[in-house]
Formats: sequence, C-alpha cells, structure tokens
Amino acid sequence: MNAPAPTVRPRPAPEAPGGPAAAPRPLLRRPWARYTLRAGSLLAALGLWQLLTALDVNLWLRFAQFPSATDVVREFADRLGTGAYWQDLTDSLSRILTGFALAAVLGVSVGTAIARSPLVSDLLGPVLEVCRPIPAIALVPVAILMFPSNEQGIVFITFTAAFFPVMVSTRHAVRALAPVWEEAVLTMGGGRGRVLVSVVLPGALPGILGGLSVGIGVSWICVISAEMISGAYGVGYRTWQDYTIVDYPGVFVGMTTIGVLGWLTSTAVELAGRRLTQWLPRTETTGRAATTGRTATTGRSGATGRSAPVRKEAVAP
Amino acid sequence: MSTSDVTTTPAAPVAEAAPPGVRLRLEDAALGRPGAPVLHGLDLEVTSGDILTVVGPSGCGKSTLLRTLAGLLPPLGGRVSQDGAPITRPHADRALIFQEDALLPWRTLRANVELPLAIRGVPRAERRGRAEVWLERVGLAEHSGRLPHRVSGGQRQRAQLARALVGEPRAVLMDEPFGALDAQTRAGMQGLLVEVLRGTRATVVFVTHDVDEALFLGDRVVLLGGGAQGGGRVLDIPHPRERAAHDAAATVALRRQVLESLGM
Repeated sequence: MNAPAPTVRPRPAPEAPGGPAAAPRPLLRRPWARYTLRAGSLLAALGLWQLLTALDVNLWLRFAQFPSATDVVREFADRLGTGAYWQDLTDSLSRILTGFALAAVLGVSVGTAIARSPLVSDLLGPVLEVCRPIPAIALVPVAILMFPSNEQGIVFITFTAAFFPVMVSTRHAVRALAPVWEEAVLTMGGGRGRVLVSVVLPGALPGILGGLSVGIGVSWICVISAEMISGAYGVGYRTWQDYTIVDYPGVFVGMTTIGVLGWLTSTAVELAGRRLTQWLPRTETTGRAATTGRTATTGRSGATGRSAPVRKEAVAP
Repeated sequence: MSTSDVTTTPAAPVAEAAPPGVRLRLEDAALGRPGAPVLHGLDLEVTSGDILTVVGPSGCGKSTLLRTLAGLLPPLGGRVSQDGAPITRPHADRALIFQEDALLPWRTLRANVELPLAIRGVPRAERRGRAEVWLERVGLAEHSGRLPHRVSGGQRQRAQLARALVGEPRAVLMDEPFGALDAQTRAGMQGLLVEVLRGTRATVVFVTHDVDEALFLGDRVVLLGGGAQGGGRVLDIPHPRERAAHDAAATVALRRQVLESLGM
C-alpha cells in the first residue's frame, strides 16, 4: 500500500520549507482514500440490507417481508423511466425551494431586526417564541383553513419549518458580533445602512449559514410529511400512496429519493456557505476548507503549501 | 478607580474663544458611561498638527477619553469640540485606530483600506488608487490582496493605520494601537507612524500605557489618573521626540518625572 507516495511530490517545496504541510498526510486522510471510505460506507450499508433480506433474517427484527436492496433498485430503475416520478420530484423540489427561500429571506430579516432593535424584539419576540415550539407539521389544520390551495399550504408549512432555525441563529449571530467592527465603520462616517451591509450581514453570515443548514433539513422533513397528509403529488404523496397499496419497494424508492434529495440540497447549502465564508480562518485539518481560499485557485496541494507559512505567521503577535 | 479628578494646566493661557490652531478641546468635561463616570472636570486642548500622547494605568479613562473624542460616547457634562463645533457623533474627520483587530475579517487589506472612501462615495478607480498609495506607504503593497487573518498582527495594525489615514481625517485617535505587538514590531511601528504622519497634517491623540512610547511619540504628554494625589494632570513636555533623539540624559529625566507623577 505504498503506491500513493509519489503523489506527495508535486507540492511546491520552496513555498513551505520545513512548514507543517511538508509532512505527508496519513494514508486515510488523503482525498482518494476519503472518497473511497465514503463510498464504501454506503455500499456496506446496502450490502448489509441485501444480506438481511436475502437470508430472510427473522430474529427480533424481522426482514422476511422486507423488500431486498435489489428489489428496490429494480423498482427504482422502472420508476426513473416514468414521467410521474420526475413530476413528483419537481413538485417536491419547487415546494421546498420556495418555502426555504422565503424562510431564508424572512428569517434573516426578522432575526436581524430583533437583534438590532429592542422595539422589534419586544413587538415580535413574544409572538414568535410562542409559535416556535409548535411543530410545523401541526400547522396542517392552520394551512388548510388559511390557504386557498393545498400547494400554498405545503409551502407555508415548509417555510415555517425553516424559518425558526434561520431566525434564531441569525438573532444569535447578530448579537454576538464584535462591537469593534461596527464602531470602526461608524468612525469612518458610515450610517446604519452601511453598518448593516458592511458589518452586520457579512459578520453574522457564518452563524446564519448554520441556521440555513439546519433549516433545509427540517424543511425536507416537513414538506414530505405535509405531502403525505394533504398533498396531491410530490415524493411524500407518492410514498404514502405506495404504502396504502402495499407496494413496499415503491415506498423504499420514495424514501431513497427523499434521502438523496435531502443530502444534495443540504450539501448545496453547505458548499454555498463555504464559498461565502472563505474569509473564515480555518485549521489545516479541515483540509478542503483551508484550501478554497481566494488565493488558492491553482489546485489543492499547491494551495496547502502556500497557506502553511502564512498561517504560522498569523499566530505570531 | 472609578472616578478621578483631572485638573489640567493648559500649555498656554486660554482665551475665551478657542484660539485658532486648537483642533480638539475638552472643557470641564465629564466622561464615562451614564451612571459610571470615569473622568470629570477635564480640560484639554490638542493643537492642530500635534501628537498628544495620553499615558496612564489601566482603567484611568484613557479609552473613554478617546471614545468620547471619536463621538462614540457622548460626554456626561462639559463641552467636547472639534474646531469649535461640539462632537456629538462619529465622523469621518476623526479616525479611530483600535488596539484590537478592527479590520473587517472578510475584506482583504485593500478592501479594508478602501472602505472609508467607499463610504464617502469615492469612485472605485480613485479609491483603488488612493488605497494602493497608502498600502505602499505602510509597507503592505505586496500583501494588499490578503485577508487580515493571513497576515501578522503588526501588518494588521499597519493596515489599520492606512485605513485611518486614507480618508485624510483632520484628527486621528489611536487607542493603544501597538499594545498587542512584540517589542521589536512595536519599535518599527512607532518609527513608521512618525514617518507617515509627517506627510499629513493630522492631529493625533495617542493613548498608551507605555511611558517610553508616550515620550517618544508625543509633542505633548498627558498623564491621566494614577499618582498618590489621585488626580491626573497634563505634564507639558514640548517635543520630547527631538530631545529624546539628541539627549539621553534628558530622556531619563523626563521618564523619571512621568513615572513619579504616576506614583510609580
């Protein structure tokens, strides 16, 4: 297993003479090894599933009636060829994206306003705190009463689910901002608007992104549940339909779809977040994050080599 | 020490109206947060183009004085004015340099230096050019595209200096700007500051707890707080910088005088 050794060589030596980046990374920390591990983890889970169902394991947990991994894969392949599958998928996606976008905009606005203004905090705080513990899915009756169509009701539920994590994390992030940044901008002659645009929003962004990340996850849970209860079409609706006609492989296709879509959307949020917060100091061990810095567009190993001496310098007073 | 009487003896007899040449002025000023005054009865004048250093122990109100002059903290009493006009809020004409890292960490050094100009609405090309000039002047030309956390603490303070001076403010207020730097870097920064200020006509109020720094940089030195008598006063030291350069014995004497006044 010493084949990868030559791949360490292209790192530009003159940039980091004796720097910490010069030490070769442990085998399991190298990029290809990490991707292999991740893929292996998924495959192992699938393999276990196949094994349990193929052997009809019937201990305390019962797998006799459970559709096997291959059943589900076959069903999946069939469904991918149907228009209905893609229709459901786009229905769910457009619902979640609408709800989530609304939650992002309103959550950040309201969170910032509450953190910055005692008046807004007093006016909106109590109402929001009373609403916050109510599970979004418990708002289905409210949505049915209020909105003319199911579609809007589902978007509303998705919105509510994501709104609170975004609002709360924005509020915390804005309150935690170092006053010195704001004072610096004030002494440059900046007004409230300038402080908001140049200090508050960029400074709170790392915290806001945490809320968005949580928000998109909760949104998926709620959009699927809402579709199951009151939807017409959508992945959640389809999954529930399959269950009512006892089409278990179909149910698993639905669940897998939800899982993959959820993973993709939260990854998209994470990546967008990382791109927006490239300025954050990151430690070398988070690897990828540290190398996506603005100066580091030339490639992974080169960037690591270059950032290492700078980081050392930054530690000095 | 929450309160201390500061009775200052101005360098020259004060006329009723602010004489020309007085840039910053405090008259019978009480400073501090509401309910927690730190200084009162403070009279102080800073002559246009001078470097006034303020020295004193922690908690004596040095930072409070600067924040009041910056307009971030309204005075509790008395008058605080710049060129005869009361200081009521922050203004681009009084730049403040902080001890901490006050650069916006998501902006490159260049973008940080451009910020005061951007706030003023200076067109992009012009502010880029002016920022480059100042970055060059403080020795950061090669680092201008870097983020603050990618450079050293000394370089960050250089960038703060450039950011403060790029808008050509009439007053620059510095709150222990070199307090967190190591001795060598600090000495370099003091030299740079003197050199850079020579090209401007900025009036400087420089707060420090380092007596030597105060003597080296100050045209006048103000002592705040401390001392057995519990009050601060202005120790009027004309051009200690030149003297220090020429006469080591005079510096030692000055230093002793300052330290005794502080009760050390």
